[in-house]
Amino acid sequence: MKIHEYQAKDILKKFSVAVPRGEVADDRDQAIAAARNLFDAGASGVVVKAQIHAGGRGKGGGVKIAKSVDEAGELASKMLGMTLVTHQTGPEGRIVRRLLIEETLPIERELYLGIVLDRAEAKPVFMASQAGGMEIEQVAAETPNAILKEYIAPGMGLEAFQARKLAFQLGLKPDQINQAVKFMTGLYKAFQETDSSLMEINPFITCSDGRLFALDAKMNFDDNALFRHPELKELRDITEEDPLEVEASKYSLNYIKLDGNVGCMVNGAGLAMATMDIIKYAGGMPANFLDVGGGANAEQVTHAFEILLSDKNVKAVLINIFGGILRVDTLARGVVEAANKTQIQLPVVLRLEGTNVEQGREILQQSGLNFIVAETMKDAAEKVVAAARA
Amino acid sequence: MSILVDKSTRVIVQGITGREGTFHAKACAEYGTKIVGGVTPGKGGTTHEGWPVFNTVQEAVDKTGADTSVIFVPPQFAADAIMEAADAEIELIIGITEGIPTLDMVRAWEFLQTRRARLIGPNCPGIISPGKCKIGIMPGRIHLEGSVGIVSRSGTLTYEAVYQLTTRGIGQSTAIGIGGDPIIGTNFLDALDLFNRDPQTEVVIMIGEIGGNAEETAAEFVKARMKKPVIGFIAGQTAPPGRRMGHAGAIISGGHGTASEKIKAMEAAGIRVCKSPAEIGETVAATIGVKAGA
Repeated sequence: MKIHEYQAKDILKKFSVAVPRGEVADDRDQAIAAARNLFDAGASGVVVKAQIHAGGRGKGGGVKIAKSVDEAGELASKMLGMTLVTHQTGPEGRIVRRLLIEETLPIERELYLGIVLDRAEAKPVFMASQAGGMEIEQVAAETPNAILKEYIAPGMGLEAFQARKLAFQLGLKPDQINQAVKFMTGLYKAFQETDSSLMEINPFITCSDGRLFALDAKMNFDDNALFRHPELKELRDITEEDPLEVEASKYSLNYIKLDGNVGCMVNGAGLAMATMDIIKYAGGMPANFLDVGGGANAEQVTHAFEILLSDKNVKAVLINIFGGILRVDTLARGVVEAANKTQIQLPVVLRLEGTNVEQGREILQQSGLNFIVAETMKDAAEKVVAAARA
Repeated sequence: MSILVDKSTRVIVQGITGREGTFHAKACAEYGTKIVGGVTPGKGGTTHEGWPVFNTVQEAVDKTGADTSVIFVPPQFAADAIMEAADAEIELIIGITEGIPTLDMVRAWEFLQTRRARLIGPNCPGIISPGKCKIGIMPGRIHLEGSVGIVSRSGTLTYEAVYQLTTRGIGQSTAIGIGGDPIIGTNFLDALDLFNRDPQTEVVIMIGEIGGNAEETAAEFVKARMKKPVIGFIAGQTAPPGRRMGHAGAIISGGHGTASEKIKAMEAAGIRVCKSPAEIGETVAATIGVKAGA
C-alpha cells in the first residue's frame, strides 16, 4: 500500500525523524492560512507541494516555492485540481486534490537515504548515498559504488555504529553525527514498526545552520501485514487507485488494469501472467491481469466477471482455469451465473482443465450460452485474439 | 530416487483441524503419503479424521517419528509455525500459507540458518514425487512418475507444465513449487543442485517469473555445474513495472527483475527458454527425443 508524502512525514515525526514544519491544504483558503502560520513562525519562504502517489512531481510542476502568503494562495489555486503528469503517472496523469505547504530551508547538501528488502540476503538493507535528489536506480546503474549499504540483523534494528558509519561516509560534519544517528535509527524503527516494504528520504538534506531534515518522504507498506496495523489501513487514498482495482480488492481479487482489449480471468498469479504473455504472443494485447486465486467460489467468479466487463476496452474474454483447489465445476457454475446476470454480448473463450473438468464442461454445455471452448492455452489465445479483432 | 520426499517420508500437518488443512491432509493421504498426525495448539490429545492431534510440533515428532511438516496455519501465525517445526528438528518444512508478512519471514529465515531444517515455500503448492508422495495442494491425478524434474515459483503454471508432459506420456521425478514470496527457503539453485544429483531426473524444467534475481543466480549455476538439460519459462513478459502481479514477489522494481533480463541470463547459460507457456511440453519432448537418439 502506498501513502502520501504528508502522511509519511506524520509517521516519521513520531519516530523522532526531523521533517520541515508544514500543514496540508485542500483549498486556497487553507493554503493561505498554512502559509501565514509558517511565515509568522519565521519561515523565509514556503513550498507548495502536490500530494499524489507518484514521484517526479518537481519536474511536472507539482512543487513550487512562494515568497509571500499571496503567492502561496495563487500557486495553490493553480495546483489544486490540475492534472499532474510525471514519468511515474503515465500520460493520463493524476488529479491534485491535496497540497502540503512547508517552510523552505537553507539547503546545503542533498543526500539520499532508503530502506528496502534485499531478497537475496533475506534482510532489510539501509542505503545511503551522496547523490540525493536523483533517482536511486540511476545512481545504482551508473555508479553502484556510490550507494552505501548496511544490512539489518533481523529482530534487532539499525545499530548506532551502523548509522554512525553511514553518517561519516556521507561526509557529515562531526557535530552532525549524533543528530544523524538519531535520524537514521528513528527511520529504521519506523520502517520496522509499520511493516514497511520501502522507505525513501530523497532528498535527506543538511542545512547551512547544521540541521538535518527529511525534505521528501516515501513509504510503502507490506499489504500482508496490514492486518496488524488498522491505523495504517485508514491512510489508504482510493482516489489514487484505478476504480476497477478498488472494486476488485473488495472481493479479494488480484486485478490490475492494462491497456489491451482481451479481458482475462485466470487462477494463480503465474498462470495469469503466462496467459497475458501468450495473448501477446498470439498477436493481441491483454486488458488486465486477474488472478481469482486458488480458493475462489462462484460468487467471487461472478464479481470477477463483472469487473472484467466493466472495462469498456474489452472486446473478448479469455477464461483460463487450471483447477487444483478451485474445482472446474465451481468455476463453470460461476461463469454461467455471471454470464446470465450480466447478459454478456462479448465472445468468451474458455479453456478449462483439472479437477472435475468433465462436470464443468457439462454445466457449460447445458447452459445454452454461446461459449467458445478451447483445448490448449495456445488454441485459447489464438481464438480469443481472433474474436477480439472480429 | 526423486528428491526430498518419497514413500518413507513421515508427515505431520500443522493446522490439521482447519478447513484447508483437513481437506489437503485427506487428499495427500489418499495419494499414498504417510500422514502420521497433526498439530493444533489447544487441541492436543484429540483425534481428527483418525489422526492424532498434538499441541506442539515437538510432541508430534516425539510420538510419531515425523521428519516432515506441512504448514496450513493462517498467515499471521505461519512464520512462528515454521520456526516451531525447525526447532523440533523437523528436516523438511513445506509452507503452503500465502500472505505471511515479509518482516515475519525475515525473522523465520534467520532462525532457520541456526537449525538443520530445509524450508520449501512459503506461498507454494508444495512438493510431489509422483507415485510416491504428495505433500501440498497440487492435483495428484495429473502427475505421472518419470524422469523430468520441475522447479517453479508458480502453482497453477506448474500444473500446466505437468499436464503438458503427462498428456504426452512424459513422467516427472519430482515437482517442487518454491513459492511466490520475496523471501523463500529453497530457491532455484538449491532445487537444481538436488536434481543434478538425482539419478531418476534426466531433464529439468525451471519456471520463473518477474521480480528478484533468483533466476539469474540459478543460470550461473546451470552454466558452471549442471549436467542435465534445463528448459525454462519466465512468466510476466507483458507485466507492467512497479505493480505486484498477484504474488508478493512478482514485481519489477527500479527497472530490475524483468522477464527479458532473466531470459537473457538463462539463454546465455544454455537453458532452452520457451517463448510461450504452451511450448513447455513439446520442448521437453524434443529434448528427450534428441537425447534418446544420440
